[in-house]
Formats: sequence, structure tokens, C-alpha cells
Amino acid sequence: MSRKIKCAIIGPGNIGTDLLYKLRRSKVLEPVWMVGVDPTSEGLARAREYGLKTTDKGVDGLLPHVKADGVQIAFDATSAYVHKQNSDKLNALAVMMIDLTPAAIGPYCVPPINLMEHAGKREMNVNMVTCGGQATIPMVYAVSRVQKVKYAEIIATVASKSVGPGTRKNIDEFTRTTAGAVSKIGGADEGKAIIVINPAEPPLIMRDTIHCLTVDAPKQKEIEQSVRDMVAEVQTYVPGYQLVNGPVFDGNRVTSFMQVAGLGDFLPTYAGNLDIMTAAATRTAEMFAEEILAGRLQLQPVAA
Amino acid sequence: MAQSLKGTKIKVHDMSLRDGMHPKRHQITIEQMKSIAKGLDDSGVPLIEVTHGDGLGGASVNYGFPAATDEQYLRAVIPLLKRAKVSALLLPGIGTVDHLKMAADCGVTTIRVATHCTEADVSEQHIALGRKMGLDTVGFLMMAHMIEPDLLVQQAKLMESYGANCIYATDSAGYMLPEDVTARIAALRAALKPETELGFHGHHNLSLGVSNSIAAVAAGARRIDCACGGMGAGAGNTPLEVFIAVCNRMGIETGVDVFKISDVAEDLVTPILDFPVRIDRNSLTLGYAGVYSSFLLFARRAEQKYGIPAREILLELGRQKMVGGQEDMIEDTALTMARERGLLKSAGAA
Repeated sequence: MSRKIKCAIIGPGNIGTDLLYKLRRSKVLEPVWMVGVDPTSEGLARAREYGLKTTDKGVDGLLPHVKADGVQIAFDATSAYVHKQNSDKLNALAVMMIDLTPAAIGPYCVPPINLMEHAGKREMNVNMVTCGGQATIPMVYAVSRVQKVKYAEIIATVASKSVGPGTRKNIDEFTRTTAGAVSKIGGADEGKAIIVINPAEPPLIMRDTIHCLTVDAPKQKEIEQSVRDMVAEVQTYVPGYQLVNGPVFDGNRVTSFMQVAGLGDFLPTYAGNLDIMTAAATRTAEMFAEEILAGRLQLQPVAA
Repeated sequence: MAQSLKGTKIKVHDMSLRDGMHPKRHQITIEQMKSIAKGLDDSGVPLIEVTHGDGLGGASVNYGFPAATDEQYLRAVIPLLKRAKVSALLLPGIGTVDHLKMAADCGVTTIRVATHCTEADVSEQHIALGRKMGLDTVGFLMMAHMIEPDLLVQQAKLMESYGANCIYATDSAGYMLPEDVTARIAALRAALKPETELGFHGHHNLSLGVSNSIAAVAAGARRIDCACGGMGAGAGNTPLEVFIAVCNRMGIETGVDVFKISDVAEDLVTPILDFPVRIDRNSLTLGYAGVYSSFLLFARRAEQKYGIPAREILLELGRQKMVGGQEDMIEDTALTMARERGLLKSAGAA
């Protein structure tokens, strides 16, 4: 069996558990630790069933085992409030951190756009933006790589059941972070993000609308091709990423209507918003793991 | 009406410069805002909402870019008013606490935080901040026809627990019958703290704006949203001047002068309309099928562009249980329907 890079997951909730399912399928990653804070957590029990070591003492419970167990990559699926501490402690032991919280202390990572660049720069902490960001920023970039986009706006509609209490308590963080990344990573001069929560039953599959306003008249043929290529690129890690309608051209407005169905690993298929986060995080870790395995990347401890 | 409402004091809240932004595609000019707001103030209207139709931060491709920014409107209107106070609407997911702080800095006294009727817990940070800043803080539960009164009560209690001092049952689709209003307001009145005020926001899509508002007052609501000249999304909100006339006849005290306000409606509001805001086959469909009233103009435009009758688009949106804010799904739905009917020339996904 070929060598795999060993990983720890921090946060045994829905996201952490879905991540566990995806990592178990990976050819280059092996989940070995699940970290929680509640001894009665179902997520920790489930991880133990899959043969992972677990601790309910938070990241501090993991630290003494990092070296012996060869952990090199960690995923943080907890909250923005504790992320920096978690990251500092693990970075100090040369563990690379993939941040699924909105903390964003490291650079944003949207795999089809800038993952290669981050791996090249040997970043020790990358942030996965938000679910809406992962679902829409590739489509902004698909237009901005063809021609200048002066304004991009995304509307993410998600099923009520797929929105956890953390997001609900701080929904502004979603709109702000996503808008910032739409501009910074998507390549638009200005970005705006809107989130709508829909309680319909059965739950609706995540929908995303991406509006770009171009400076000059849209180059329709090139944009259509670029959008198709980008959809195919995202589909390599999220097979349920689908262009439902568009791109529609209306003056200088270019609009794509997406649907994001999840793989249904631990989370139901309608929760494409959560799936695209765990899939993008897995894809990111795999790229770093491939670099490590090929001997091109050696992770170094970072002083906090 | 069993019990007399004579002597009941209520506060009317004018929507013509916020909900009324919808039929104007958010293009009301600052001068028009100023003249209408002064007219409302002179007529005795105590509270006036001024914002983009979709609330603070609503300026967007999705909902429409307004003629001026929220801040420009607020700074132009607030200093002109002698008695009336100004409110702003905020939908979490569209606007943020930064917008709230800006509006407070402009001098609004009331912030209304609006969520879909089942999603009250996204309003915690905004309601808590509004209250902390000493604003009159309202929780605004939209599309309230979509859930039963007991569930609405649960959501209202969340908003009350965050600090809202007033809770609205909002009939965004203009779908409710008077008995639906009575059931919801009465359930809220029975369950919430006695000091928590109740409000009702109606749309006139089934011509029930006035009678629903009276039913709300009878069940305990003390704030009623109306729009001068019947402005507002769909077939408009409860027409303010008509509601005032009915209140006068019933002895409900509003403090608004019926003749002055009908002059504002006729002389200032009606002349700025791009089309008559009234019940037609499309706005009727909103009320009949329970569809968000702001979808109206988007469905009409999609009809023009894709050849699918607006009524059919609206019915499909209702069937898919779309909620407020999903304006993007109107073009999407029209495109899908057009493709199914072989009407689409290009712009098709595989």
C-alpha cells in the first residue's frame, strides 16, 4: 500500500464527520485523530468505530501524540473563536492547518483558482472561505479571467436544515467574508453576497446565482467556454455541481444559475453547501499531501 | 365585530417610501421622498419607513439598484420632519449590523429586523444591537401565512428574547383572510409579554388590507403598516388614507387627518407612479397562491423576455415554496419553463 499523509480532524460535528467519510476514501490522506470537547459526543464515538484515536480534551489532548502518530495535516471544523489558538499550537509542531471556520487568519483557498499557488508558497494555514464562497467564486473567476469584472454579486439559497446555529448567530460574517472573497479571489473590483434560507420540505438543494457586471460588452463565446470549463473543474471534487441555466447575457450583466448537490456521505444530498466545503477542504489537503509525498514540500514548525 | 374598538389608540406606520419602492423599481428620487415625507408628517403620520424596498443594503443586481443610497435618503428626509419619526428595515442575509449602525447615525428611531417566519434565529445579532443602541426594535416575521399560529409564536418568542419590543405578523403575500390574522395576532398576544407590542403588515392583493388590519387591531395589534396612496409591492400595502377613514368611523384613534392624508395620496403619491398599483391578474395571483409580493415586477419582466405568462411563473414559484429574497429564482424559473416549452433560442445550459 502506498504511503498516506496522516490527518487530524478537530470538531466531531456534522462537518467533521462528513470530512471523515471523505478522507477515508482518499488515496493520499489517512484520518487518524478526531478531536472534540465532549466525552459523550456521537461524532467521537463514530470516529472510534472507524478506528480513529479520539480525545475530548480539545487540541491540547492531541498535541502530545502529534509526533508519534505522524500527523501532518489538521482540519479545523470548530468555530472562529478558537481557531487561532488551535492553529498556532499545531503549526508550532509543523502541522499544516486547513481552516473551515470563518476565522480566515490564513489566505482564502478556492481550489480551482489558487490551490496550486498556495501549495507552491508552502502556506501553513489556508481558509476555505464559506460554503457560498466555494460554490460561487469559481464562476466569478470564470468571467474575470476572460475580461474585467467591475462588480460581482452572489446569492446563495440554502435549506434551513443545513444551516447550523453558528452561522445563524453570526450571519453577517457569512455575507462579509463571502463578499470580500468574491472580490479578492473571484477577481471583481467590488463584491456583494446575499444569503437566503428556505425552510421548504423536502429541503431544497443548494442554489447559487452569480451576477457579474463586465466593464466592456461581454465576450459571449469565450465566457460560455470558460464557464463550462470551470464547472467541469469543480465537478472533479463536487460531482453534483451543476449549471442549471445560463450564462445569461443582458447588456453587461452575465448571470449563471447553479445547483449544488452533495455526495450524501454523512450529510444529506440537499446540503450541497456543506458538502462543497468538506470536498474543497479534502481536495486542498490532497494537493498538499501529494507535494509532501513527492518530496517537494517539507512542513516546518512555525513559531506562534 | 363583537367588541367595540372605540377609543383604541394605535400607531400607523407608513410604507410608501420603503415598500413603495418596489413598484418604483427603487427609483423614487430624493426630492420625491422629501415632499411625500413632509406631507405624511403634516398629516400626523407618526412613523415613516425609508429604505431600499428590500431594506438596508438591498442595492443589488438581484433586487435593483436604487436612485440614491439608503444613507442619502435617510439624511435627506429625517431633518425635515417636525413630529414624525423614521424607521429602517433590515433583512439579515442582505443587510448587516454595519448598515444598522449607519441608519442609527442618520437618526432613525426604529429598526425593524425581518426574517422569514421560520428563521427568527438569524436576527439575534441585529435585534440585540438595535436594543442595546436604545432603538425601538421590531421583529418582523415575513410570509407569516406559511406557518400555523403556534409555530409563529415560537419564532416570535425568540425575537422577543433577543430584545425586540414589538413583533409583527407580516402578510408578505397578501394571502391571509381576516380569520388568519385574528388567529395569529391573538396567539401572539396570549403568549408574549404584555409590554411587547404587536403589529400587522398587510398587502392588498385580495383587497383585504383594511379588513385584515382591523382584525389585527381587534386581536391586540397596536401598530399597523399602511402605505399612502396604496403604494407597495404587489397590489400595494393597506391603503393608508382608506384605513384612516375606516378607523375614524370605528372610533379607533390614529392621530392622522383623513383629508390631509388623502390629499398627499392624490397630489404627491399618485403622480409619481409608473403604473397603477392595483389588483390585476398577476397581483391577484400573489394573494391567491401565497407568493411574495415583491416578485411581481420581476415576473412581468421575465414574461416580456422569455414569453412565459407572469401568472404561470408566479404559480410555479409558489409551488416551489420560494421565500422572500429569492428574486434570482424568477429568471431561473422562467428560463427553465421556456426551455421545457421549446421557447428558448439561446442562453441554455446543457
